[in-house]
Amino acid sequence: MDALQQLFVQIFGHDWGIPLSLLIKNLLLILAIVVPLLLAVAYLTFAERKIIAYMQVRVGPNRVTFFGISWLKGWAQPIADAVKAVMKEIIVPTGASKFLFIIAPILSLAPALAAWAVVPFSPELVLSDINAGLLYILAMTSLGVYGVIIAGWASNSKYAFLGAMRSAAQVVSYELAMGFALVCVLMMSASLNLGDIVAGQQGDSFLNWYLIPLFPMFLVYFISGVAETNRAPFDVAEGESEIVAGFHVDYSGMAFTVFFLAEYANMILVATLASIMFLGGWLPPIDMAPFNLVPGLVWLMLKIAFMLFFFLWFRATFPRYRYDQIMRLGWKIFIPMTLVWIVLLGAVMQLPESVQRSFPLNLWFG
Amino acid sequence: MNFQDLVFFTFASVLVLSALGVVTFRNPVYAALLLVLAFVTSSGLWLLLEAEFLAITLVLVYVGAVMVLFLFVVMMLDINLDRLREGFWKWFPFGAVVALVMAVEMGMVLMSRQFDLESLPKPVPKDIEFSNTKELGRLIYTDYVYAFELAAVILLVAMVAAIAITLRHRTDKKLTNAGRQIAVKRNDRLKIISMSAEKKE
Repeated sequence: MDALQQLFVQIFGHDWGIPLSLLIKNLLLILAIVVPLLLAVAYLTFAERKIIAYMQVRVGPNRVTFFGISWLKGWAQPIADAVKAVMKEIIVPTGASKFLFIIAPILSLAPALAAWAVVPFSPELVLSDINAGLLYILAMTSLGVYGVIIAGWASNSKYAFLGAMRSAAQVVSYELAMGFALVCVLMMSASLNLGDIVAGQQGDSFLNWYLIPLFPMFLVYFISGVAETNRAPFDVAEGESEIVAGFHVDYSGMAFTVFFLAEYANMILVATLASIMFLGGWLPPIDMAPFNLVPGLVWLMLKIAFMLFFFLWFRATFPRYRYDQIMRLGWKIFIPMTLVWIVLLGAVMQLPESVQRSFPLNLWFG
Repeated sequence: MNFQDLVFFTFASVLVLSALGVVTFRNPVYAALLLVLAFVTSSGLWLLLEAEFLAITLVLVYVGAVMVLFLFVVMMLDINLDRLREGFWKWFPFGAVVALVMAVEMGMVLMSRQFDLESLPKPVPKDIEFSNTKELGRLIYTDYVYAFELAAVILLVAMVAAIAITLRHRTDKKLTNAGRQIAVKRNDRLKIISMSAEKKE
């Protein structure tokens, strides 16, 4: 990297060489995050089809394979799906606003990828170690709804528009509960930096993770995350039975696939954030010999996979919520719950130091 | 010109162009989306000024919440441009006077001593550990605590008022009570009677 910087300084001079070499370096690092992420997205779709299939006593995709290797049957399915999607025609409906119609899927995928800039994979492995990391994550996840709204409006179709309206109201409602749940995490760790939040959960075992003291907030966060990603049982934005497929009813080919990718990328993001903020990120569950020898990245990935399994499990288990019940859950149950917990946590934090140093409070506050 | 200047001028020109678009576009949805672009670029400008908390909060609050609701409303409006343009010339002098007053006021503020580049000290770049979230929090909750609390109360009043305006007491609505639904027993709904088997005559 130093050699690259020197080369750039020689070519472009001091003022331009250093920023340009930083730009190239960051682009390479971004690729190093985004390419594995998109692969993970592809195989998450495969995992979903397989897991839901087994839950419903089916087999799932079991035909497409690499180079005819028989024990890999089904594993090339995501690749085949991607190739199929690229080959298909993108149909722009009459009366649609063409520019917005094309840009909407991009707007829904971009924030889901951009949020990964501040995610710490292990103590040193983070692209951008900024102070306001948590705030940045909240800002990025709140941008994701634009893709859905713009798609619904640009399609010039009533079904798509209804889906967009539902999605906008739902996402804005659940963002509040999500934000409040994260305020609790921020109060516990006294930092907005995601690396510091994980470091604050360091201890002898999983008892130190914020999962234990903030368990209700963990539930609120995760359920709000499911609602934010428009996944079952909160997928009224799609609602096949009443509005066909919601906001992406008029999309085809790659444009539709990008929406699909965005949904799965968002799922992975929510699972990652839940692991970082409540399940101790890269920390091993018990800080002793066989466990702490495993690299932190492996623990993080295991936790992410564990959380992702819940998304798939929910989809296979629960029927879709009715719209008014979604709103009731968000506004009348989650938001009051988070408000009470914030006040309670504040009161505990104001306790005299001697009380905080006694068991069990010393696990998290001492 | 160095790299930072390039970034600044890119953001600044996008900001000015999108702000112009907001007032010139006919279609209100495009205007609202350009306003979103203006917010995002101005947050980029704030990041250049090392105000990361304000920059991200601008995106979080205005782009992520306020503009979503705004778009929500604008998209549902069925706007007839011909009716909107009725009486344009009748109100033009009034609008022109308001615009002129605003321009003069802004000019008076921007050309005053406080905004004079010579009298202002050059901002010193802070080191990487400096958290302006923390600094801002300290200021808001110590020096400006009354102003802050007052703003919060005013917002709360506005919120309560908005809810009160939309609240209508309808007598004919049917509400489901989830608690009662769950508490229903089999015997509340179903009656099992014993009946002798029917014979075909």
